[in-house]
Amino acid sequence: MRNFGYTVARTPADAVRTAAGIANSTFVAGGTDLLNLMRDGAETHDHLVDLNRLDLDDVTLDGQTLRIGALARMRGVAEHPRVRREFPVLSEALLASASPQVRNMASIGGNLSQRTRCGYFRDPGSACNKRDPGSGCPAVTGRNRGHAILGGGDHCIATHPSDLAVALTALDATVRLLGPDGARSVPIADFYLLPGTTPDRETAARPGELITRVDVPRTRVAADSRYLKLRDRATFEFAVVSVAAALRTRGRVVRDVRLAFGGIGTRPWRDTRVEAALLGRPLTEAAIGEAGRVLVRDADPRTENGFKVELVQRALASVLNELGGKR
Amino acid sequence: MTDEPAPESSAHTRRTVLKSTAAAAAGTVVASHHTSVASAETAHTGGARTRVTLSVNGERHRIAIEPRVTLLDALRDRLGLTGTKKGCDRGECGACTVLADGERIKSCLTLAVMRQGAEITTVEGLTRGDDLHPVQEAFIRHDAFQCGACTPGQIMSAVACIDEGHAGSEAEIREWMSGNLCRCAAYQNIVAAVADAAEEGRR
Ligand SMILES: Cc1cc2nc3c(=O)[nH]c(=O)nc-3n(C[C@H](O)[C@H](O)[C@H](O)COP(=O)(O)OP(=O)(O)OC[C@H]3O[C@@H](n4cnc5c(N)ncnc54)[C@H](O)[C@@H]3O)c2cc1C
Ligand code: SF4
Ligand code: FES
Ligand code: FES
Repeated sequence: MRNFGYTVARTPADAVRTAAGIANSTFVAGGTDLLNLMRDGAETHDHLVDLNRLDLDDVTLDGQTLRIGALARMRGVAEHPRVRREFPVLSEALLASASPQVRNMASIGGNLSQRTRCGYFRDPGSACNKRDPGSGCPAVTGRNRGHAILGGGDHCIATHPSDLAVALTALDATVRLLGPDGARSVPIADFYLLPGTTPDRETAARPGELITRVDVPRTRVAADSRYLKLRDRATFEFAVVSVAAALRTRGRVVRDVRLAFGGIGTRPWRDTRVEAALLGRPLTEAAIGEAGRVLVRDADPRTENGFKVELVQRALASVLNELGGKR
Repeated sequence: MTDEPAPESSAHTRRTVLKSTAAAAAGTVVASHHTSVASAETAHTGGARTRVTLSVNGERHRIAIEPRVTLLDALRDRLGLTGTKKGCDRGECGACTVLADGERIKSCLTLAVMRQGAEITTVEGLTRGDDLHPVQEAFIRHDAFQCGACTPGQIMSAVACIDEGHAGSEAEIREWMSGNLCRCAAYQNIVAAVADAAEEGRR
């Protein structure tokens, strides 16, 4: 790892000011992604601004909103009794992430900002449009078993690795940011960008902007939610395909449904047409099959990841049947 | 690893001198306008060596290290606490597991400068005098290792796993010990040792 300077920030404003004042600096929270990227040479920074002393680790609920501080740890949020009861999909997504040790260290802001696990990206010996814009994307014709079947193009087909981001996408969360120009909110659907021709730009956060908090609206449907994560081994592994789902039915009729998917898209994947295919209809095998087909209608599988087209439809059916009480 | 910190005694290797000179030049700018954060624990540095105080197994150590030195390297190479092992150096194997304020963490994924003020416990700190920790006893009883390279990490993780209340069943132990890999695949006996130690704690 190349050497760097280091500053401990005491307040969010101090963190933003410090980062803005030092060229090629970045924030560090848990360090669990950043240090690996810097060791690999996939990212280089001359200075780290340590966020761990910021008073941003609270998890609170009021009448309308769950507020998760950006410095709350994955473990703390996953174990929060009201998160478990009222937002099980968040807790399950977090508990299915990484390992107990990493969850003790990693922060929510860092989790949402982690970089793709595409092996070419992490290997500075390979070309990669995300790391070196314009150098090309070897994954398109190379090893792409883990890559996206939706939202890609010839510039980049990497998936976003965060499980939590998928769950937050299903629940219409909002990311709160603080930058040199002040505070603002970005709906999570707009936070993650499609790669287009600029895959090096991954989120709507501007350089030097700090995530201070994530807000999740309290809804009845959130309480009937779950996260299904399919992996290459039973645990401690990134998703091949995942589904975050929330469902309310009356009789067998779907009254409310929220769906987001991991492992298949270049960003946490939400397609409201899939939800529309289910809403107001009885939760039958036919309706579920139709929703799955809508989901993969625009799929663009590559040489090694075509299996995801079928797998994600089965995963969706499995979660919906379970939430709908069939199994 | 190429960026292994130079031991204290050979601080003047060519590499170190070159790096710290460059870093010091870049860093002086920083030092001036953050007096508010300058505290006894060295809140900022421009990449040159800085004094870091680590509290490990109840003892305080003051060492001079560059910010990039991980807690793992500081423990092993500066404090001579080589019980904590380096397997992957990227968070995937768990060999470097230590406790920070009682919580298990991977010491290869955190910087030593970031852990000032935390009470670190390594495998060397588990024994009480000549008495092994009950989890260490259970690992011996169950022959829960072959080469032993993963064992200190497994033991530290197991201590926390039991403490968290995640050792209630074999399935639960397997899930909550999943951050610790064993290349010799001694898993069967590791799970038995953790279950036994947890059971003993409940008695
Ligand atoms: C072995 C291993 C397995 C893993 N498995 C999974 C998994 O299965 N599922 C999953 O979802 N994740 C997984 N992860 C990723 C892990 O969840 C992330 O590394 C972690 O959440 C990052 O959080 P952090 O606080 O450590 O971030 P850091 O490493 O400190 O930072 C990561 C990035 O976020 C930026 N950043 C941090 N905080 C903020 C903030 N408040 N505002 C703006 N920018 C910020 C940093 O500048 C940096 O660019 C795994 C990681 C490891 C090492
Ligand atoms: S898929 Fe994206 S991250 Fe991977 S090599 Fe291509 S451009 Fe880089
Ligand atoms: S050495 Fe830290 S997890 Fe492998
Ligand atoms: S005993 Fe050899 S790696 Fe576990």
